[in-house]
Amino acid sequence: MTRAKGATGPAGRARGRPALVAALGGTLLVVILVLGVGLGTVQIGPLETIGVVLWRALGLDIGVTWTPATETIVWELRLPRVLTAMVIGAGLAVAGATFQGLLRNPLADPFVLGTASGAALGAAIAILLPVNIVLVAFGLLHTLAFAGALLSAWVVFRLGGAGGPGGLTRLLLTGYAVASILAALLTMAMYVSGSDLRQIFAFLLGGLGGSSWPRLAVAAPLIAGSCLLIVLRARALDGMLLGDTAARHLGIDVGRERGILLALASMATAAGVAISGLIGFVGLVVPHLVRLVVGPAARRVLPISAIAGAALLAAADVVARLAGDVPVGVVMALLGAPFFLFLLQRTRTGYEL
Amino acid sequence: MTATAILAAEGVTIAYGERRILADVDLAIAAGERVALVGPNGAGKSTLLRALTGLLSPRPGVVRLCGDPIGDVDRKAVARTIAVVPELAQLPFEMAVREVVALGRLPHEPPLSGLRPADHAAVDAALERVGITGLGHRDVRELSMGERQLVFIAVAVAQSAPILVLDEPTAHLDIRHQVEVMQLLVDLNERDGTTILAVLHDLALAAHFFGRVVVMAEGRIVADGPPASTLDGPRILSVFGVDPALVRLPVATA
Repeated sequence: MTRAKGATGPAGRARGRPALVAALGGTLLVVILVLGVGLGTVQIGPLETIGVVLWRALGLDIGVTWTPATETIVWELRLPRVLTAMVIGAGLAVAGATFQGLLRNPLADPFVLGTASGAALGAAIAILLPVNIVLVAFGLLHTLAFAGALLSAWVVFRLGGAGGPGGLTRLLLTGYAVASILAALLTMAMYVSGSDLRQIFAFLLGGLGGSSWPRLAVAAPLIAGSCLLIVLRARALDGMLLGDTAARHLGIDVGRERGILLALASMATAAGVAISGLIGFVGLVVPHLVRLVVGPAARRVLPISAIAGAALLAAADVVARLAGDVPVGVVMALLGAPFFLFLLQRTRTGYEL
Repeated sequence: MTATAILAAEGVTIAYGERRILADVDLAIAAGERVALVGPNGAGKSTLLRALTGLLSPRPGVVRLCGDPIGDVDRKAVARTIAVVPELAQLPFEMAVREVVALGRLPHEPPLSGLRPADHAAVDAALERVGITGLGHRDVRELSMGERQLVFIAVAVAQSAPILVLDEPTAHLDIRHQVEVMQLLVDLNERDGTTILAVLHDLALAAHFFGRVVVMAEGRIVADGPPASTLDGPRILSVFGVDPALVRLPVATA
């Protein structure tokens, strides 16, 4: 009875609002898309931006003229970058919400199964390899980063035995241990990397400079597909909040659902970090912000986290570009973390561990 | 007996390595019965509940739900037939009482459509019956242990299953709430015909509110019948190792 929350608390006002929140989020995405494509060293007006996009995407002519250079900047450079940021942001946010729910731990983020370290080591190996093999259009670095992330998640899942009594703690600790081994190897790789160090470092800080249509074409279906399949399992995710035993009594095949959800969330994470490098914060914080607004039900948290994650990462990338191409991970942490601290101070929901 | 039982254990044995937790347990519960399961700590009560609700597979032995081996019954169908009051879980996020209670509808919900009007009605009814309608919008994590216990009982009530299983449902409740929960169980049993199986530590509550008391000790059922015969002085001394004079039961025992 410390707070007179009642029907005005987030939990109480949750029903009925998600549609509004989703509509606002969708509008925000469009605004960020237009701004993100327009802003940069060469400024392009919103009308020209919309004109190029509609013309190239749908063949629609809205009576605006532009130069070929503008078209190249919009269509070949900035649009894929903004869309990549959105897809990756959505994937990381959904993966974060999934891991937090599955592991019943508000501190979980998309990298709990060691995907970050795995991706980073994969990328470092690609950078240090004396050969430059071109694997489709995805690139060796991104391919090995993707493989490293998935491999690490798989190893953690196998060793962590994500079931049985104390299974969750064991899984988390296994993830920590495996990530430590990978981080040690990564440090070793950085130590011997010489002039390649800067390139490895760039991957660790995260950035969307590697965005391209072909890479987006590989990552987007993987991320979107994983997120969709996760959303379809939202109620199982809710049920598992009560603990394994209670979830089984509610008719949920806990072992199977957990395995599937961990795999999907790891896939969404791996496909994202393979392109962008390590971008923290989105996956940890966005789900919490969303829960503050729409309550904890996964059916609402997951889709709205996707929208919010997409908006946040795309906006952070615009800021990063305007600030002279600083790593987007740095921007995210510097702007996002203080905001999150502010919210934590204000709400005092008490994240019990 | 087995033919009419809604839930039955037949020769159920559960062992962890060499240690036998349950040894050849037979128990048949007829539809509409109200059964209390008592016994000292470590007697195997909770393990028997886990076996009876399909979480543990006996070896050897079989648990039958409406005559079918429970392992062969679809999980969701089991959950629509047996509701088990969840253990008090620490929730990782802020969650309204109503949303937690609505999880009891999971076995009934179509996979993708979410809560239907009938589900909302069942949640309302469960809150009402457990007497926590006023808590509906509160964050579960802000509640007292006793209130949380009522919330988790409401989850199982919302599940609307013909069998309700409870493991020490009154552990965190004060005396008034203990009696109210017992009255709720009697009401669910007599008015709705819900079959009740409850593990209880309080022998007085068991004797007063339950017509059939099953006594377990060391992995076996040592007595089964009306409390007057199963909870007599010599048995309380032999099973629980306490002076029967300390346990004043509201029934005349032999």
